[in-house]
Amino acid sequence: MPTYELRINGQPRSVEADPEASLLSVLREQLGLTGTKYGCGEAQCGACTVLIGGHAKRSCRTQVSMVAGKEITTIEGLAKGEKLHPVQQAFLDEGAMQCAFCTSGMIMSSVSLLNQNSHPSDKDILQSMEGNICRCGTYPRILAAIRRASSTAKEERP
Amino acid sequence: MTLRTKMNETVEPERYELLKELPVLFESDRRSFFKFLGTGLLVICSAAKTTAWQESGGARRRGGQELPQEIDAWLHIGEKSKITAFTGKVEVGQNIRTSLTQAVAEELHVPVGSIELVMGDTKLVPYDMGTFGSLTTPVMNLQLRRVSGAARDALIAMAAKQWNVDAARLAATDGKVVDAQAKRSATYSELVKGQQITQVLPAEDPLIPPSKWTVAGQTLAKVDGREFVTGRHQYPSDITRPGMLYGKVVRPSAFNATLLSADTKVAEAMPGVTVVRDGNFLGVAAAGSIEAEKAAAAIRAEWKVEPQSSSKELFEYLKTHQETPEPGDNYQFVSGDVAPVFAAADHKINSTYRINYIAHAPLETRAAVAEWSGDELTVWTGTQRPFGVRSELATAFHVPEEKVRVLMPDMGSGYGGKHTADAALEAARLARAAKKPVKIVWTREEEFTWAYFRPGGVIEISSAVGTDGKITAWEFHNYNSGTAGYRTYYDIPNQKIEFHPVDSPLRQGSYRGLAATANHFAREVHMDELAAAVKMDPLEFRLKNLNDERLRAVFEQGGKQFGWSKARAANHGFGVGGGFEKRGYVATFVEVALKPQTGEIKIQRVLTAFDCGAVVNPDGLRNQIVGANVMGIGGALFEAIEFQNGRIINNVFSKYRVPRFQDVPPIDTQLIDRKDKEPVGAGEAPIVGIAPAIANAIFAVTGERLRTLPMGPQLAAKGYLVS
Repeated sequence: MPTYELRINGQPRSVEADPEASLLSVLREQLGLTGTKYGCGEAQCGACTVLIGGHAKRSCRTQVSMVAGKEITTIEGLAKGEKLHPVQQAFLDEGAMQCAFCTSGMIMSSVSLLNQNSHPSDKDILQSMEGNICRCGTYPRILAAIRRASSTAKEERP
Repeated sequence: MTLRTKMNETVEPERYELLKELPVLFESDRRSFFKFLGTGLLVICSAAKTTAWQESGGARRRGGQELPQEIDAWLHIGEKSKITAFTGKVEVGQNIRTSLTQAVAEELHVPVGSIELVMGDTKLVPYDMGTFGSLTTPVMNLQLRRVSGAARDALIAMAAKQWNVDAARLAATDGKVVDAQAKRSATYSELVKGQQITQVLPAEDPLIPPSKWTVAGQTLAKVDGREFVTGRHQYPSDITRPGMLYGKVVRPSAFNATLLSADTKVAEAMPGVTVVRDGNFLGVAAAGSIEAEKAAAAIRAEWKVEPQSSSKELFEYLKTHQETPEPGDNYQFVSGDVAPVFAAADHKINSTYRINYIAHAPLETRAAVAEWSGDELTVWTGTQRPFGVRSELATAFHVPEEKVRVLMPDMGSGYGGKHTADAALEAARLARAAKKPVKIVWTREEEFTWAYFRPGGVIEISSAVGTDGKITAWEFHNYNSGTAGYRTYYDIPNQKIEFHPVDSPLRQGSYRGLAATANHFAREVHMDELAAAVKMDPLEFRLKNLNDERLRAVFEQGGKQFGWSKARAANHGFGVGGGFEKRGYVATFVEVALKPQTGEIKIQRVLTAFDCGAVVNPDGLRNQIVGANVMGIGGALFEAIEFQNGRIINNVFSKYRVPRFQDVPPIDTQLIDRKDKEPVGAGEAPIVGIAPAIANAIFAVTGERLRTLPMGPQLAAKGYLVS
């Protein structure tokens, strides 16, 4: 099996993997990064969302061979030590979760949105997040959390 | 069995098995507890009075300790100010870990942060039937308050003995027993230091009433919220074990298929692959999930399939495949006599309502990790019934239940859909063959196909109403969908209500609110039809036929806050639906807007008024109410399982639509906090009002009466588009 040099959460990680293996399975099974979730395997629910070069990407439909050398960020790489990323903090502050299985993907998608558009309108947020499912129906609070992060994170983001 | 009992306990076929005799009630002996937790005070609480279990011979000798059978909860106070409470209930997203922690903190007078809840680990917690029926708050909240109150009194007694003073002058506060008179105090950990004390308490102490709560009754953020936003929390599908393999089941080509042959040679030749064929079970285990997938795909299996019914003919099927009820089952409720009233009625209405099968679709699919050590089996799995899963495993593998440990890490939701052991059985079977731990995580397609569904149903209602707006007769027949919420809470002198079990076309079971979603839909839409027949306002009509004070309150107060009596804007309609379910009182109000040019209907806003007794955690409760409404919108408008000849056709999220961000209107909640009533559950009841409220609002604005769930296809056929 070929070896891939990945860069995950700022760290170089070398993995031997089937070229067809999804990034999701490599993260979860080989690197122990289980914060990224399997929800559907068809890029329809967003639970597996990670950032590739700062942009949201569904890791379940991303082959590991396609992301070698690129900057990959998972939910585990967002906080700086004990200090949460403003989006993580906003999800906590708004209580924007129930079972929270969607939360990693929701947070990564929100970070990606705010990376591209630091002041999204509600319509921007709804459209951008439409690919993320929260089966518990916590959408209104997630919307509120993204609004909050957008207003608090302005000065903190590079 | 009386009708009363049936109504309370038997709701869905899936749950019939819950009525079986309970297995072993006490798991761990005292010594293993202290080994696990360290020294300290172990308080065991029995809801039944001590004498009762003694007299009934309920005590069993085990590990040198006599312990009562009727154990509901236990709690340990350790040396390092650590409180550990144990319960068989599980956290599935309903936020019960937090609200039960509040219950312990309230009675024990300790900071929330010092409490850890051990939940759903069959080796460590008291036997529990399962987390369903909205019973955790009314039962476990009460029991943990009792055990915590009993522990507090035991600590006070220990301090009184140590200081040789009257216990009455001591008080417990902030993890300490305080003697104000002598200006001294001792922390709980100091009091229990170096001891191994077990106290079995009858829990007769009066509890702190909700009106005096200081910790419970307040909003408290999810106790482990940080674990979730950082991705650190380990769900069942995240569990890994040393040397663990990944399993994959080769599924039959259709339901009820028989395995005729399987060519497994290619798969068996793959490195590190174990193949298992056992009866109808065919599966593989391999080093990684992709290797397991490839091995499973390399197996050529031949299945014998029988022709089966399809969703196209579902409603005819349900009417023509009734089952004879089991002896002793009584699904009929009769009061007065409907026949003569119908014959002489001012207005009589007959309507039929149709409910499609829907899927729970929890975001975390079924998952399990199984590990054998000799004949001992440990399984981590997502389930609402850890003890039920243990029992299924013990039966399947012919081992005593004591040899099976099931652990249930807080999971990615269930909504009534994870009561069975499926993934656990599969993982355990593969692990036994591979002689290594095996993880199974169902794919989304498997979850949509091989899990069970909320039953479809046909509901027929006949009713009579006088010109004065009083309902005089009510006849209600439910085919297949179930008995939950099938009785009416309106005051009607003549009633005949009956559930008709059906040889169901799909595997079916529990769901959030069970059949109450279907029964409330039919009943509350029918109430609107009756109101229209006598030209009365739908809310006024309901109140005219309703005496229950708490149900009236949610309708009246909700209507007031919603602005029901205000004039509707042009092309806007209001609808209401509500009821009583799982001991909670709910009324949901909906405003819709119609664009006449395009036929587009949009839900403008929703308000749900809810009374579940004393509120334990207002923020958590609002989260549940909003979530239930969002989930209810899916079943109301677009969720339906399509099946044909033993296969599910829409078995992926791209074909089975669930509510997403843009489907959700503003949803307001109105909590009626009854400090004078004990708290009851809230995870299910708030779902029942939304579907009829939407249907009734759409009728108000279009004149179209919608009697099928989901409503979307029917609306589309009439040229409307609902969003």
